[in-house]
Amino acid sequence: MSDFDKSRKNNGVSRRALLAGGVALSASLFAPKVLRAQDYPTAEVNTTGLAVTDDTVTIGILHSVTGTMAISETGSVQAEKLAIEQINAQGGILGRKIEYIQEDGASDWPTFAEKAKKLLVNDKVASVMGCWTSASRKAVLPVFEQYNGFLYYPTFYEGLEESPNVIYTGQEATQQIIAGLDWVNKEKGAKSFYLLGSDYIWPRTSNKIARKHIENFLTDCKVVGEEYYPLGHTQFNSVINKIRLKKPDVIYAIVVGGSNVAFYKQLKAAGIDMTKESPLLLTISVTEDEIRGIGGENIEGAYACMKYFQSLDNDNNREFVAAFKEMWGDDMVIGDVTQAAYLGPWLWKAAVEKAGSFDVDKVRAASPGIELTSAPEGYVKVHENHHLWSKTRVGRAQADGQYEVVFETADLVEPNPFPEGYQ
Amino acid sequence: MFADYSWSELTAIFAMQGFAGLILFSVFVLMALGLAIIFGQMGVINMAHGEFMILGAYVTYLVSIFFAEALPALFPAYFFIAMILAFIAAGALGMFVEWAMIRHLYKRPLDTLLATWGLSLILQQVYRSVFGAREVGVTIPDWMMGSLPLTDMIEIPINGIFVMVLAIGISVGVYVMMYRSRWGQQVRAINQNRVMAGAVGINTEWTDRMTYGIGCGIAGVAGSAFTMIGSTGPTAGQLYIVDTFLVVVFGGAASLLGTIASAFTISQAQSIMEFFLSGSMAKVLTLLVVIGILMLRPQGLFALKLRK
Repeated sequence: MSDFDKSRKNNGVSRRALLAGGVALSASLFAPKVLRAQDYPTAEVNTTGLAVTDDTVTIGILHSVTGTMAISETGSVQAEKLAIEQINAQGGILGRKIEYIQEDGASDWPTFAEKAKKLLVNDKVASVMGCWTSASRKAVLPVFEQYNGFLYYPTFYEGLEESPNVIYTGQEATQQIIAGLDWVNKEKGAKSFYLLGSDYIWPRTSNKIARKHIENFLTDCKVVGEEYYPLGHTQFNSVINKIRLKKPDVIYAIVVGGSNVAFYKQLKAAGIDMTKESPLLLTISVTEDEIRGIGGENIEGAYACMKYFQSLDNDNNREFVAAFKEMWGDDMVIGDVTQAAYLGPWLWKAAVEKAGSFDVDKVRAASPGIELTSAPEGYVKVHENHHLWSKTRVGRAQADGQYEVVFETADLVEPNPFPEGYQ
Repeated sequence: MFADYSWSELTAIFAMQGFAGLILFSVFVLMALGLAIIFGQMGVINMAHGEFMILGAYVTYLVSIFFAEALPALFPAYFFIAMILAFIAAGALGMFVEWAMIRHLYKRPLDTLLATWGLSLILQQVYRSVFGAREVGVTIPDWMMGSLPLTDMIEIPINGIFVMVLAIGISVGVYVMMYRSRWGQQVRAINQNRVMAGAVGINTEWTDRMTYGIGCGIAGVAGSAFTMIGSTGPTAGQLYIVDTFLVVVFGGAASLLGTIASAFTISQAQSIMEFFLSGSMAKVLTLLVVIGILMLRPQGLFALKLRK
């Protein structure tokens, strides 16, 4: 905390200095303690041959900008570049400007592994911001562990993983699921749930946790249906009829990708008006990004359980949204994962400065306990298990494509990638 | 499974399920007709079919924006204009592709598979560069969304009815062109014997180009219609391509009637199984049945009788 307290005192001065420089960024938020490179000789901060010079440090950005996943990963790339630019405007890390090498995973998992190896072995990057799907993360994991790289992974995911070479800046499954189910049960009196998902590991693991929680931890609640559809499925009329027949209180939907758009459009066309909340729809797979494709009018009234919404009402977030739009255009929307991706470079900066070194082993040792008071989602902290403590929130989709936040947990939720009693 | 429900509830659900099957049937017919014409009449395997559909979807998107900005009063009717423009745009691109690429490959039909696959990748990247990697949201006029309550319990999606009407209209149109027009006669003549058709004075080059263009144009209309029920993004065409090929191959490549029969069989099987089983299981069983039947009848459900 002491670093941040100090930085708070410096607020006024640094903000003016930065604004004078014509740089609009969240100066009040991120510790503008300027460290000078000469106080940190390169030979000392880099004993393992990373790409660190007297005035630069190179990191990697590894996402898909082509192929089917480009639709989702573009926002993460944009957020990471924004964070890097802001950090550089404040003087960089240990007095060194961040330079990045961007590689394209091309939505292809072996390509991810190959590019990860290239970044670590040829380019000797000090850390990597990257990956989006679990499949791509699983593909690069052996590479990062073999060459001792350090990855910041932004997506909410199914958990069941804890690598010494990865910091998970998104939520693992329990952080995203349990608080939302509790809320819908308590506030909306929901008793029966219909679980629906695309057919791959994340929806299946998440629904497994949801089912355990509904059946074992909520009183008198039951699951009346559980179903999976192949990725890319575009016809949901049959399942909508089944839902009508079972009359659940809640449709719990984890549909992803192009199927998402088809599902919500067909739900609306079938006369299920989500604003009436019978049944109520709760999802963990639709962020503001996806709503752009679905159309706000087609999903109005649905609830989503995330840790971040663009509409969050706090100073950090207002500045973040403004800076993001200034850099990437006014029509941009920011989803949960985009915000988590934005945390990556900042968490790495904090860890490097705490360690006083770019060496991966020292950064890893310094990571647990790192705090950001400046995150758009609010205060976050790195757990021993490399995931983040963060709040869970429920938002209600509006016709303009934004969420209205209707609930947030009082405290930070502890990350628990290997939940007992849920497997 | 049904013990807890009253008769009227069950009747209503089965009626709606019947409609769901018919809607799926119409979607399959729309997807497959364009491909069936190109594959069946020209022997060209058009892997870029999905991308031609998405071109239609993007045209619809642009038209919707134009109407929302410039002619908001006519917005409820924009969809019809969008479909016509989608047909023209996809058809024109199809004719250009035929001229630039396909016509050089008529003697090597398998290479058309590779070439059109390459074309599909190129088109995807073009869409991504022009429209961005993210999906675009196409605003559908209000009257086309929502459902039509037939009774208290039976509700029929309006866009489903729209797709059905469109599928019937296009099928009839294709039938008339193929079997009642001079052009159709020429296409079928070329299909049976290209050299001979040329020898009796049929302009094979022009007929090929038209056929390919019309096939792609119908794909464009289908893509335009699917903005109501699906997503519009650079790679959304890939969502349809497998089902499309399934329908065409199962139906017997050279037969339009076969395509329709096969679309009906597959859609009904899938929709009924989806209701009783889970979605992924229904897909697996559908594919197994199709493979089984194709093993017994490799030429598909309906095939032209040829002298061997």
